[in-house]
Amino acid sequence: MTQDYRLSRRAVLAGLSAGAAFSALPLSSARAAGALTVGFIYVGPKDDYGYNQSHAAGATAVKAMSGVKVVEEERVPETIDVEKTMESMINLDGATLLFPTSFGYFDPHILKEAKKYPNVTFMHCGGLWHEGLPTNVHSYFGYIDEAEFLSGIVAAYVTKTKKFGFVAAKPIPQVLRNINAFTLGARSVDPTITVQVIFTGDWSMPVKEAEATNSLADQGVDVVTCHVDSPKVVIETAEKRGLFTCGYHASQAALAPKGYLTGAEWNWEALYPSLVTDFEAGKTIPGLIRGGLKAGIVKTSPYTALVPDAAKAKADGVKAQFMGAGYVIFAGPIKDNKGATVIDAGVMRGQTDIELEKMSYLVEGVIGSTS
Amino acid sequence: MDAEPPRRAALARILDPLAAPVAAGVATIVIFGLFVSLAGRNPLEVYRLMAVGAFGSWFSWQNTLLRASPLLLTGLCTALPAQMGLVIIGGEGAFVIGGLAAIAAGLPFADAGAPAFVVWIAMGIAGMAAGGALIATAGALRHWRGVNETISSLLLSSIAIAVMNQIVEGPMRDPASLNKPSTRPLPDADLIGNLPGMDVHWGLALGLIACVLAWLLMRRTTFGFAARIVGGNSRAARMAGLPVGMMMVIVTGLGGAAAGLGGMIEVAAVQGDANANIAAGYGLSGILVAFLARQHPLAIIPVAVLLGGISASDGLLQRRLDLPDAAVLVLQGILFVALLAGEGLPSWSEWKARMSR
Repeated sequence: MTQDYRLSRRAVLAGLSAGAAFSALPLSSARAAGALTVGFIYVGPKDDYGYNQSHAAGATAVKAMSGVKVVEEERVPETIDVEKTMESMINLDGATLLFPTSFGYFDPHILKEAKKYPNVTFMHCGGLWHEGLPTNVHSYFGYIDEAEFLSGIVAAYVTKTKKFGFVAAKPIPQVLRNINAFTLGARSVDPTITVQVIFTGDWSMPVKEAEATNSLADQGVDVVTCHVDSPKVVIETAEKRGLFTCGYHASQAALAPKGYLTGAEWNWEALYPSLVTDFEAGKTIPGLIRGGLKAGIVKTSPYTALVPDAAKAKADGVKAQFMGAGYVIFAGPIKDNKGATVIDAGVMRGQTDIELEKMSYLVEGVIGSTS
Repeated sequence: MDAEPPRRAALARILDPLAAPVAAGVATIVIFGLFVSLAGRNPLEVYRLMAVGAFGSWFSWQNTLLRASPLLLTGLCTALPAQMGLVIIGGEGAFVIGGLAAIAAGLPFADAGAPAFVVWIAMGIAGMAAGGALIATAGALRHWRGVNETISSLLLSSIAIAVMNQIVEGPMRDPASLNKPSTRPLPDADLIGNLPGMDVHWGLALGLIACVLAWLLMRRTTFGFAARIVGGNSRAARMAGLPVGMMMVIVTGLGGAAAGLGGMIEVAAVQGDANANIAAGYGLSGILVAFLARQHPLAIIPVAVLLGGISASDGLLQRRLDLPDAAVLVLQGILFVALLAGEGLPSWSEWKARMSR
């Protein structure tokens, strides 16, 4: 390994000139006259049965629209890579509308590109928009905790051990809100239910996710759900251990025919085509688009045959309220799992309440800690 | 050999080391071509698009160079210790801990309103010191405790990444970074900008300088000569009175410092803060770069550009040919295996010597 290998000046020059010869190649442009080109960027594989697949389903729906060309790139890290991917889609593919879908793409990457390309519209998933950003940056997100709440209700009807398990990536507000909504849903049916949470530390940790699921099964948990980028490992492991499962991001029903109950899913295939239509029509797109079940931004997996009628009736009743006048999940009094009151009696924290965006606690009934 | 005329000997000296990588490259092109054919794509179209995406325009060139920049520095993290016969694969950890130390050192200066270059110097020193200390630990463990440096550098790297995650999500977390735990960002004025006339940050220049300095150190100084003697035969070096242990610590430390500087640049030029994304795999790609460059500090430059180009063309393959991202990983895997397989083959002059025997 330490042989004295020298690279001669001649060899370097030869290499450089070969490279220069390549650079003379003309760039083929895929820009079709008049057609709108929309770019979708995913942080993971687009067939992950999870976050990325849900967005890719939205992209597929846009692809079906006439006069729209879709370009996609998967497994793009939240580094200089995503900046270059955006620029490449703009410069080489002629994209004028981009959906960089990972949360971590926003700051600094999308903000940097938005300043650089004021004529391109950037739609980011995550709800990070605020006043004062460039006007070509928009943000959208869904109140998926509504669907989590319903999953909790359904699961409460099938559990025998009254112990649920939740495999989660990081103790950040968005994840805590899902854990808490799932728990509150379950405990609205049976207050003796507990939810054991295990944090794996990152969005895609297949080995830890499998270990966590097995350890939950060993502790007597009989319902498992998760909040990681790809729920595939958790759901499949739980299925092997004979547990009930609730899905997340997309439907994992196909992975767990013996245990899948329902799940909280994104409904990007409804939102994306409507956003593209608005964009084509030149309508003003709001800076921040948010909504839950009622707005059709999130949905629940269809109940499987394992779900008893009583569970369906109860969950559908609450769902009707979400779809109607509204249902408040975080209605005081709510205590955290250390006994402190986090939402006072009489305080109703509805979905749009900005306080919920800063959630830093686990509610009573959750076994686990945020740090 | 001594019967050979000097010009032929010189030619052999150039061609010999190139033979194995070139053969590996050709083998890779053929095997990957078969692979994409099996996936139903025209291999010529794949290679044409790769050339366009990597080197086909000024935009593509800048894209390639930008992606090559961190690899120049992480490649040195493996290549420098290799001069002493050490196989270090902990560049990822050195890169990450370097980035974390850099932001920790830079923020107080930035808060105090120090000029940007002072902030950068503080960040650079801290990043290099942290990355250097991490890899030097592997060198020291090897010399004084007999611990295999490959394993220990890998484990130290995992520890460094875990420490970064813990600190970013705990003590140094910016309370405003709700759903993406990060440290406080550097002020915009303290971010490292682009090279004049280019859309590529100064990391490229620093990486090139580091490669040239590493080459000068290893090939043009007594220290480098001594280091390579240790690499050739560490017992003989000890017998000759060389301070082997100290030299191992210094060289592994320099390798780690290079990767640590890479981490500092990632924080100061790309991310603006430290977060989990600084562990993006640049350190791992650096191992590949160093091996492809056969551990030669100057050869790292074209190899890093080649790998940067492969990564830059990945998007075009996905978008135009609908190939999965894994295709590029397959290509890199084939390249690495082909090269390692080629390492064991005798060189051209060895063949000739064998034949004439």
